[in-house]
Amino acid sequence: MTGNEVVAWAALAAGARAMFGYPITPQNEIMHYWTRLAPEHGLKFLQTEDELSAGFATIGAVLTGSLAFCATAGPGNVLMQEPISMAEMMRIPAVWVIQQRGGPSTATVIYSQQETRLTCFGGNGEGLRIVYSTSSHQDMFDYVIKAFWAAWEFRFPTFVLGDGYQAKMREPVTLYDPEEAGVALPRVEPILKPDGVPSVDREPVHLRNTFNIEEELMDVLVGHIRDYAEMIPRVVESEEYLCEDAEVLVVAHGVVWRSAKEAVLMLRDQGVAAGGFRSVTLRPFPEEALRAVAERVKLIVVAESAYGQLESMVRDRLYGAQVPVRTLLKPGVGITAEEIVDSVVQFSKEV
Amino acid sequence: MRYRKRFVIAGEGGQGVQVVGEILAEAAYRCGLESLYIPNFGVEQRGGASIAFVQVSDAPIGAPKFEHADIMAVLSRRAFERTRRYQSSDTIVIYDSSNLKTPVIDDKTVGIQGWETMAPEGFASAVGREPGAEPLPRSKGMLLPIPASDVAKNEFTPRVLNMVVLGAIIGLAGNISEEAVMESLEAELGSKFAKDESLREMNRKAIRRGIELAQQELSRAGVES
Amino acid sequence: MGDEQKVPKAWRSETKPHRFCPGCGHGIILKGLADVIDELGIHRQGVFACDIGCSLLSWDFFNLDSIQTHHGRTVPVVVGMKRVRPDLTVIAYVGDGGGYSIGLQHLISSAVRNDPVTVILANNTVYAMTGGQMAPTTLPGQKTSTTPYGRSVPETGAPFMGPEIVAAAATDQAYVARGSVTKFPELKQILKKALLNQIQRSSFSFVEFLSSCPTNWRTKPSDTLKFVNEDMAAAFPLKEHRVPEGLGASG
Repeated sequence: MTGNEVVAWAALAAGARAMFGYPITPQNEIMHYWTRLAPEHGLKFLQTEDELSAGFATIGAVLTGSLAFCATAGPGNVLMQEPISMAEMMRIPAVWVIQQRGGPSTATVIYSQQETRLTCFGGNGEGLRIVYSTSSHQDMFDYVIKAFWAAWEFRFPTFVLGDGYQAKMREPVTLYDPEEAGVALPRVEPILKPDGVPSVDREPVHLRNTFNIEEELMDVLVGHIRDYAEMIPRVVESEEYLCEDAEVLVVAHGVVWRSAKEAVLMLRDQGVAAGGFRSVTLRPFPEEALRAVAERVKLIVVAESAYGQLESMVRDRLYGAQVPVRTLLKPGVGITAEEIVDSVVQFSKEV
Repeated sequence: MRYRKRFVIAGEGGQGVQVVGEILAEAAYRCGLESLYIPNFGVEQRGGASIAFVQVSDAPIGAPKFEHADIMAVLSRRAFERTRRYQSSDTIVIYDSSNLKTPVIDDKTVGIQGWETMAPEGFASAVGREPGAEPLPRSKGMLLPIPASDVAKNEFTPRVLNMVVLGAIIGLAGNISEEAVMESLEAELGSKFAKDESLREMNRKAIRRGIELAQQELSRAGVES
Repeated sequence: MGDEQKVPKAWRSETKPHRFCPGCGHGIILKGLADVIDELGIHRQGVFACDIGCSLLSWDFFNLDSIQTHHGRTVPVVVGMKRVRPDLTVIAYVGDGGGYSIGLQHLISSAVRNDPVTVILANNTVYAMTGGQMAPTTLPGQKTSTTPYGRSVPETGAPFMGPEIVAAAATDQAYVARGSVTKFPELKQILKKALLNQIQRSSFSFVEFLSSCPTNWRTKPSDTLKFVNEDMAAAFPLKEHRVPEGLGASG
């Protein structure tokens, strides 16, 4: 099945009940599959008038204690930052699936990794979000389910960051029932409408995202930032491939990770002690794990289908480390293992 | 010895290119191999070249797209041009010879041989020229002519053009069985077969014919299949 | 009779054959527009702006200065242009998705302000370019890729009556009409009046044309025409919904 179809099944498996969306390639099929599954499973769907309303409608549904999610891409992701900012401020556990396409503006409907920064740090806030970057259909299935759990567990807007290639390609995947597989399911409860009559059985719930003076805002944010910091060890994820004795490290995320792994093998065949590091969570960024590996290697090559979005994160988190960082940047274009191998060989000569 | 094959199938929208890609990937999976299929897709609904990329391997597959294909099947001139970049000198290029012809080198022709001076197919037919008559531009890989359209039209029905092509592809690929292909077809198109049983047999025969044609051409070219 | 030029000057030959599907209504509307542009002679001051969706394929259709904008934002772009260059004749070319969904607030606001712009909308009841999702003008019971079991009015609302609603919001200076790609002479008349309302009377005009999408409707030609002429025309009355005083039939 295609990646988009996997997303729909994963959301269903996680217990999602509602999806809101607006047509934008390459995530449309998530809506198509969801609407097909809807009558049989009693699911809700609304195609809204635009991405702003899709995001806000998702937030509305989540506030009442429903597992709801939204999906978008490209320019839709840009618009989505409005509702996402509200979710960030108010700690609303909504889940978004992003299928990256070329940017900026309309660009291509096809593929990129150019929404990395936007998905992690978009909007007018501090990026208090959880972002999972998938690189296979199995990831898509596993992490969509995990995203629902993480969102409700930690109450930060949570994202599954895919791309057009993953959305449209077909590869084998194993679907499973999370409960049977022992995978944690989200603990859902109404945020705005708990049981009981307001001011009779309980205090009314009053939610706002507006503050009067600077200090008031700071107090709230400090609380969020502290919660975020406490969450990091429980959520942060990365993957290492042949790093124990590596001298050259290839850093990548998402679908480019597949090429990175293949490249590491090809380099090893050529006698180069290569290793691969994958950011599974981009937010929070696996800083500790990367620093630990970075200390042991002589060269880092960051490969991404964007112009430095992953690179900036890597440089920022490795500040002070002595290892040289080089890049293979191809905004909006796929990266093959051969290209990574050539880059590494080239940079190894220069460094 | 590691088994890995990369395929590009390309043609005009409506020729069934994506079905070939999907069935090929599914059949490989049923043979116990890793497989990955991805279509090209752009903003236009119709009228663009339709391209399918398939990778089959006994090891996990990396990037969904690749630089060079091992086997290509090309069904129109425009598709040939669009996918030329995936050819290397090791690529085998199956092309529909009933529609496309190999270039005739004419020493007296001024300008680049049979390339930029030709109009795209759509325009050509609009101005009254036979779209099939254009010669192919130069290729880097080994060309393997398969008269798929003619065979489909004369021996079966034009609609199974893509099945003849699929047969030719697995005839060259090795490791993907006709049975696996038939199973995959059944899974995808079973409901259509249920309505008309003869379709199943016709598709099978078209696939077999494709395998036959590919192997004939290979031996003619003096290559071990 | 001398040689009649069959192709309008406004029609850019280098970008033909165009990229629309066989049977698409866009080709008809744009041909009518090309004729009217020629007739009114607005090649120099004309600006053509298109939305996202199949309308974006018209970005290089004309021998006019053109711009393709973001989804639903075509109207504000031409409004901005016209504010600083009232001498231009600006045309916003959109679909039912861009016009009545994401761009609706801009369309209504523009009508309320009586911005002297001309908005042309091709209504084919679906989001065609992205694969045929439900649109504001999808008919009740119509199957689309996000209403696979047919559009349910209680769940998603009734088809959007664009010209009716825009006419209600607009001033009495606006020209608002609905035509159809199957009625070509009337289509050209409507386009001409819409542009004249901008050029001669500095006022707002909005016109919708019932259009066809056999690709996403998956209909053969006869059924395509039937859907436009019978189903769509019954739901969306073809008429001039607002004709300001002083807008003559000819320019």
